Amino acid sequence: MMRAVSAAETAVTTHPWAVHAEGLRVRAGRHLAVDGLDLSLTAGVHGLLGPNGAGKTTLMRALATVLPPAAGRLTLLGRSVDGRSELRSVRRTLGYLPQHFGFYPRFTVREFVGYMAWLKEMPKAAVAAAVQRSIDRVGLTAKADARLKTLSGGMLRRAGIAQAIVNDPQLLLLDEPTVGLDPEQRLDFRELLRDLGTDSCVLVSTHLVEDVVAACTDVIVLNEGRLVWQGTPEGLSGQGDQGDAGDSRAERGYSAVLRRHRAEAAR
Amino acid sequence: MTTTHPTMSQIERYAAGDPGLDEPSVWAIEVHLEGCADCRARLAGATTADTRSLIERVAMGLDREIAAMPVPAGRSRPWSVLRHRWYVGTLAPWLVMTATVLASAVLLGELWAGRPSLVLLIAPLAPLPGVAVAWHRRADPAWELIAATPAAGLTALLRRTAAVLAFVIPALAVAGARTGASLALMLLPCLTFTAATLLLGTLVGVRRAAIGLIAIWTLVVIAPSLAAARLPVVLAADSAGSWALATVLLTVMALLRVNGFRRLSHHG
Repeated sequence: MMRAVSAAETAVTTHPWAVHAEGLRVRAGRHLAVDGLDLSLTAGVHGLLGPNGAGKTTLMRALATVLPPAAGRLTLLGRSVDGRSELRSVRRTLGYLPQHFGFYPRFTVREFVGYMAWLKEMPKAAVAAAVQRSIDRVGLTAKADARLKTLSGGMLRRAGIAQAIVNDPQLLLLDEPTVGLDPEQRLDFRELLRDLGTDSCVLVSTHLVEDVVAACTDVIVLNEGRLVWQGTPEGLSGQGDQGDAGDSRAERGYSAVLRRHRAEAAR
Repeated sequence: MTTTHPTMSQIERYAAGDPGLDEPSVWAIEVHLEGCADCRARLAGATTADTRSLIERVAMGLDREIAAMPVPAGRSRPWSVLRHRWYVGTLAPWLVMTATVLASAVLLGELWAGRPSLVLLIAPLAPLPGVAVAWHRRADPAWELIAATPAAGLTALLRRTAAVLAFVIPALAVAGARTGASLALMLLPCLTFTAATLLLGTLVGVRRAAIGLIAIWTLVVIAPSLAAARLPVVLAADSAGSWALATVLLTVMALLRVNGFRRLSHHG
């Protein structure tokens, strides 16, 4: 996998928001899972944390344009997702790995990633090289022509990441991408994330605080469908104290943020 | 969005091969240059004429070598690509079921001489099970992935409907040839019902539309025809023109209501 460019050695240029939500509400069935969310994201790796049922997956699905907003305003890469042509345009530059992703078991990794590249309407001439590159980046080169049904859980997850990045997305949404990866693969994945985040907006939903601290430039904490905290990993670590639950400073900070939000909500 | 670029001073030092730039810095600049056309242009401007000439000669040599090499194609075969793109394995059970029902209708028709042609009666419904599941969340394991691509919704529905018709039409032709039923009276109602399913699908969803049309045709046409032991008027020999007209009208109406398919993009 490729390594990140050193941020300390570079200058910074500012562009418009990759994700901009105002009062966003999204339903998961009848339940209002995202309730009045204001969120702005730019390039970088953003970690999305929250307890079960916080609305993380529903938010990811809405940002992936799979679920429509029930209310509020959502623009992705500077474009609204209301019109059909705008939706198509946004989707061409989108990468998405769902929490539970289905696949066709008889496809090989190369066929699967190539199929997704075709669905993303990539230029035909660029597909073969892009497929090979994305497979290489996730470390599946040796398994490129293996059928998906023969892969382990971690390899399948990496194939899922390969299909998500095949079109060099400007907005990459990864829902629990490290599930099934062994420790070494998780380290490689963090490097890949840092590399992807140099030019794109990457949003990673996870329950592993340590992944967020290691790979993300920004942390978002969601609870009961609302944004309850946003800041740097260092800032999150500074939120907690010894009395909070967790094995690390960041975990204790995360616990403290949730504890305070619950206390405020109970008032 | 925010992106990061090496400074001009770093690029000039990199171009000059400055030994003061440590290895990680050189490596970081090279990684960035791979993906940033602007910085590559800045680098080109920072090099000497001799260096540019050398790079040009190397690039031309590389281009010649690459052009002479075979294109990497992996192990995908053309038929395999076609199958994966236009025919989804998840449609297979429905298409097998359709073929089985048609084969059964042919057999029953041969056993029940003198009865109305079962093949003719069920032909309009033949593509509907496949169309009903063509773009449906529960029928396609990769639905969630595909739903976030530009091909989601209407595009996926139309591609897969075309795949269903590409299977059903030859199957009907074979069944028709076996029973002697009019080919036009099988294929035209089949296309009419497909267009009607798509049109109604803009209002109530494609799956519900297909189920509704199957139920209505079964109750209003198939059951009475079997009970009366004669073909209905709508399938009389001179009705082909009306079916052709209905197909055209319903297709045009479905195209006019194309915005009604927007809900498919999100919900399937």
